[in-house]
Amino acid sequence: MSENDMLWMSAVVFIPAVFALLLIFVPRGKEDIMRWLSLAGTGLTLGVSIGAFILFYSNVIDFNRGNDPEARQRMSLEFRQLEYDGGGVSAPTNSGDWISNYPWIDRFNIKYYLGADGISMPLVLLTTLLSFLAMIASWKIDKFVRGYCMLFLLLETGMLGTFLALDFFLFYIFWELMLLPMYFLIGVWGGPRREYAAIKFFLYTLLGSVFILIALLAFYFTDVRDFAGPRTKAEAVAAAKSEGRTVAENQVEIHSFDLVVLQRIGKAALQKLNDQPVTTSFAAIQAKENLDKLKRDKKATAEDVHNAEAKYQAALDDSGLKKRLEQAFFQPWFQYTMFLFLLVGFAIKVPVFPFHTWLPDAHVEAPTPISMILAGVLLKMGGYGIIRIAYPICPWAGQQLAYIVALFGVINIVYGAFAAMAQSDFKKLVAYSSVSHMGYVLLGIAVWSSPEHAQYWSWGMNGAMFQMIAHGITSAGMFFLVGVIYDRAHHRRLDNFRGLYEPMPLYGGISAIIFFAAMGLPGMCGFVGEFMVVLSTWNYNRLFAVLAALTVVITAAYILWTIQRVFMGENPQYKNYSDVSVREIVCILPLLILSVALGVLPGYLLLNWMEPSVTGLVDTLARFTP
Amino acid sequence: MLPNIDLGQLWIECLRFLPELLACGGIVLFLFMRFFDRSHMGVIALLVTLLALSVSLAQWTGRIDWLGNKPIEVLEAPRITNSTPDEPFQGTFRPTFGGLLVYDHLTIFLRCFLYGFTALVIWLTMTTGIPDREDSPDFYCLLLGATVGMVLMASSTHLLMVYIGIEMASLPSYALAGYLKGRRASSEAALKYVVYGGGSAGIMLYGISLLAGRFGTAYLPDVAVGLVHSFAPTSGGVTFDPVLILAVLFVLIGVAFKLAVVPFHFWCPDVFEGASAEVAGYLSIASKGAAMALLARLVLLLCGVDPLVQPTFSAHWSVMVHYLLPALAFFAALTATFGNLAAYLQTNLKRLLAYSTIAHAGYMLMGLAAIRPVAQPGEPFELPGLQAVLFYLVAYLFMNLGAFAVTAYLRNQTGSEELSDFRGLVRRSPWMVVTLSVFLLSLLGLPPLVGFTAKFQVFSVLWDSSQAWYRKGDTGMGATLFGLLIVGGINSVFSAVYYLKVLKVMILEGRAEDLEGREPVPLREPIEAVVFSTICALAVFVLGILWSPLDRFTREGTDRFAWRVGPTAADMMQAPQRGGGGGGGMRRPPPPGGGGGGMRGPEGGKQQPPRGGGGGNRGGGAKGPGGPKGQQP
Repeated sequence: MSENDMLWMSAVVFIPAVFALLLIFVPRGKEDIMRWLSLAGTGLTLGVSIGAFILFYSNVIDFNRGNDPEARQRMSLEFRQLEYDGGGVSAPTNSGDWISNYPWIDRFNIKYYLGADGISMPLVLLTTLLSFLAMIASWKIDKFVRGYCMLFLLLETGMLGTFLALDFFLFYIFWELMLLPMYFLIGVWGGPRREYAAIKFFLYTLLGSVFILIALLAFYFTDVRDFAGPRTKAEAVAAAKSEGRTVAENQVEIHSFDLVVLQRIGKAALQKLNDQPVTTSFAAIQAKENLDKLKRDKKATAEDVHNAEAKYQAALDDSGLKKRLEQAFFQPWFQYTMFLFLLVGFAIKVPVFPFHTWLPDAHVEAPTPISMILAGVLLKMGGYGIIRIAYPICPWAGQQLAYIVALFGVINIVYGAFAAMAQSDFKKLVAYSSVSHMGYVLLGIAVWSSPEHAQYWSWGMNGAMFQMIAHGITSAGMFFLVGVIYDRAHHRRLDNFRGLYEPMPLYGGISAIIFFAAMGLPGMCGFVGEFMVVLSTWNYNRLFAVLAALTVVITAAYILWTIQRVFMGENPQYKNYSDVSVREIVCILPLLILSVALGVLPGYLLLNWMEPSVTGLVDTLARFTP
Repeated sequence: MLPNIDLGQLWIECLRFLPELLACGGIVLFLFMRFFDRSHMGVIALLVTLLALSVSLAQWTGRIDWLGNKPIEVLEAPRITNSTPDEPFQGTFRPTFGGLLVYDHLTIFLRCFLYGFTALVIWLTMTTGIPDREDSPDFYCLLLGATVGMVLMASSTHLLMVYIGIEMASLPSYALAGYLKGRRASSEAALKYVVYGGGSAGIMLYGISLLAGRFGTAYLPDVAVGLVHSFAPTSGGVTFDPVLILAVLFVLIGVAFKLAVVPFHFWCPDVFEGASAEVAGYLSIASKGAAMALLARLVLLLCGVDPLVQPTFSAHWSVMVHYLLPALAFFAALTATFGNLAAYLQTNLKRLLAYSTIAHAGYMLMGLAAIRPVAQPGEPFELPGLQAVLFYLVAYLFMNLGAFAVTAYLRNQTGSEELSDFRGLVRRSPWMVVTLSVFLLSLLGLPPLVGFTAKFQVFSVLWDSSQAWYRKGDTGMGATLFGLLIVGGINSVFSAVYYLKVLKVMILEGRAEDLEGREPVPLREPIEAVVFSTICALAVFVLGILWSPLDRFTREGTDRFAWRVGPTAADMMQAPQRGGGGGGGMRRPPPPGGGGGGMRGPEGGKQQPPRGGGGGNRGGGAKGPGGPKGQQP
């Protein structure tokens, strides 16, 4: 474990789990020690993740030359994986590339494989921040504190692992790992209907996971030997040797859970199914690189260039490659089926319209900090899965079905907004607003039409990512604010609140800012993502864009109406309520600052370092569309 | 007969059979010990089992063969097919006792599994105190006797031996089920078990007699070849011999009864509910393992994967597989689905676990259903799922034994096995609840526990096999296996409902005193109970994360079947077929140079080429799951 980046990433993932173990040794009855210990755990994770982020930022992109193509390229996992895979086994690994693996299960070529790029890093930071804040928000929980803290920390490990894993199997393990803590956190510490809500959440997500598992198996059994570099090949040969059989390097079958390699064959499938030459095989990439270098090199003779061109052509026409492109993975039915499996699996988590019914139940019953995590992070895992796995690995089907995905996105937006308007329970309203806002994410991901419109798709994808972060901040904030008032009033019926502004002016002010940020007021974080998504949708489908834009009015309506119902007017009943406490301010302040700052400086704070990865992903896919 | 027996050969065969002999010696010892010593027999039983286990482990590493002081002869496979008789067989299997038993990696694997498991069960009984001092010799006699029977089941290659094995495993099980003499439920369980067991044994015996009468032999490879040939594809389709179909069904019913495959599962919940948790745990795992191995042997023979039958890829075997695979898939799906759905309604923890056992038998059957064609032409089928099934068995051992152990401990403390009495248990007996949760979640198949890795392997084999069929152009078979995969996945979701129900009762729900705000009375958690359940839970967890070593062991356990040895002979279609009608002859006349009967003296057999490790247990040609690797003799 000498690799620096591996250490940092592993630390981020496993510090919470280690603290969960430490909690066992706290003697019974010392609840405060348990709380402080868990807070230290989440705080340390936050600190380490920020440290990791700074290192990542300074290593992977150059601060001063943001437009350097090399630096932009280094943001893509593809580039770094190629570099990593390019040498043989003995070649040194680069400890600053933020992509690192260790063998785990040899027979299935499963690796303990972590990596970070501009897509995962913001989500990691969001997770560690929200976990820290949610732990502060958990201070008032006094039932089974030890169990609560342990499960909470385990949940954090699961979430962080999901965002950092680059091995599909490892991803799946982390994905499932957070299922159980969540079940208990809702089921034990939740509201009156907690058992129903918990089991509903569990079954929905488990059903989704089954689909993901099948897709995972299906991908694994594809022979990817043309798409793997010398290091992977050498490893496979060594593994075969340890099993007692000898295979030549060009004979060895390679099956992989490596998400980057799977993305590469996804691209190959896209090219093949669009009747284009497959240029993503490892040999072709190398030959192309060589050719480009020669072309730039003024000293190179025409003959050299010609030879390199011939080599490139040979790599494209390789008969073995052609034969292996007949595998199931490269067939339309396979791409359709697996894309749908993955989409359903992740859509349940997002949640997308017909699968969303677990969300209001879970949110209403979950305790406040768990609602924050649920809305702030867990929903993002669905979006992350679609961006990282479903679209890049099954891009062809993704493009064919983009219209349907976008349609569901719009349905989510509109349906969620109207449903939110109809709620009389404060938490349910926020939950449905989540459904509506996550619709923008889906819509932004889906607006893929043609190579000429790649620019718009890239806006959409960036908008989706931005919306995920922004929604993570605002929805967590909103759930926390609902929790604050619930602690005082012990109910959440919107119609029974009134005049809260008078006794709690600070609370009212904070609420207004967070709610307006969620609404998408320009200058606040909710606006940027929605704007980018709607803008890109306009070039994809005018009707969708109009619907998505018009829904902002509905959103404004239910949010303003809520503010009116809760804060305006007079209500003697609540006159004696105390304003927000210091602990509550500490908890909400970072969210408050971020929700404004991200709206004012979206570029500096997020887009500058997130965009290269997202755009890189979009570019490589959009280029091969007919 | 007697003059024909080569004493050296007998000596070697006895050495191969040593673990069973040791166990039998243990049984005799218990019976005699009653006269001298009245103390608890647990320690002695544990020692005997561990001795048998260590001999089995020594066999596994191949060392035991040196004790024979003679170079190990590889007996020729008694073959009735047409492959040239003078070609020595180069596998690592050895038919023992004249072809009644087979001594191969699968046998030794199951031996280690069964003795290891029995040792754990004996340890468990010593901590729960279910056989008291007075009863302990009888109890351990029965336990070891059943184990010997199960090893016989797992290693038999002769229908007679199959029957004897099943009976030897069943008879002590009946008595074990009724061991709680004072309890009505226990006696009822034993009676139900006896009636069902007796019925299915009778049916099975009838099937065996039909087969033996039809083919003139009960030697399984011969029977398999005969059966497969009777499924003759003609221009008008496939002709069936109804008697044979019936006979095969009858034999399979006997196995299905042991496995508790739906619709032969009715005894299972009642017996488990009535028997003590320790015995239920023993029956659920050991008899499942043995029956699964036996069924695997039958499937291997019928699909021509077992080298004993040496088939070539002829239409006959293909026809057989086309019936066998959907049948296995159907029963696997039925068993898993029914078990999971029925478990949901249970209110007794042991009954619930009984249905979960049924469901898991379904998952394991899925592994056996994953028969797939080999890519190379001229090769028959392979059964990659066998390895997954072995892995599943080991995984199942720890998680299910753990679950039953905790049930036993809870019964000792609360005096009940009803779910309703376990309300709010987490506050009264936290460690038991935590470990039981680990076991149940592993049974449900959540990573990173071993239950998930086991399911993952079964599912991966299903997908791979379904793709192999698609590649061969056989959409029907491919779709069947893919459908089975989907059914398996959906079943995981079904099973979540009832496993979580147990957790919900224990953790989420509260007792009356919780509602009244009183402090719940904590239950005693004996240190040995904590140790036992923690060890099982750790095994479940560690094997779920580091499963490479176990994976390697299971692969070695299937060495003989996963990879074909030797070149293929001419197609059997052209071969002179055995007279199917009267079944006059005993067996094909032995190749020249051999002794009479099935057993052959060492000088008649061919010398195995020198190989490392004496027995060459790890030899057996090139290995690898990727494709068929041949070794040319």
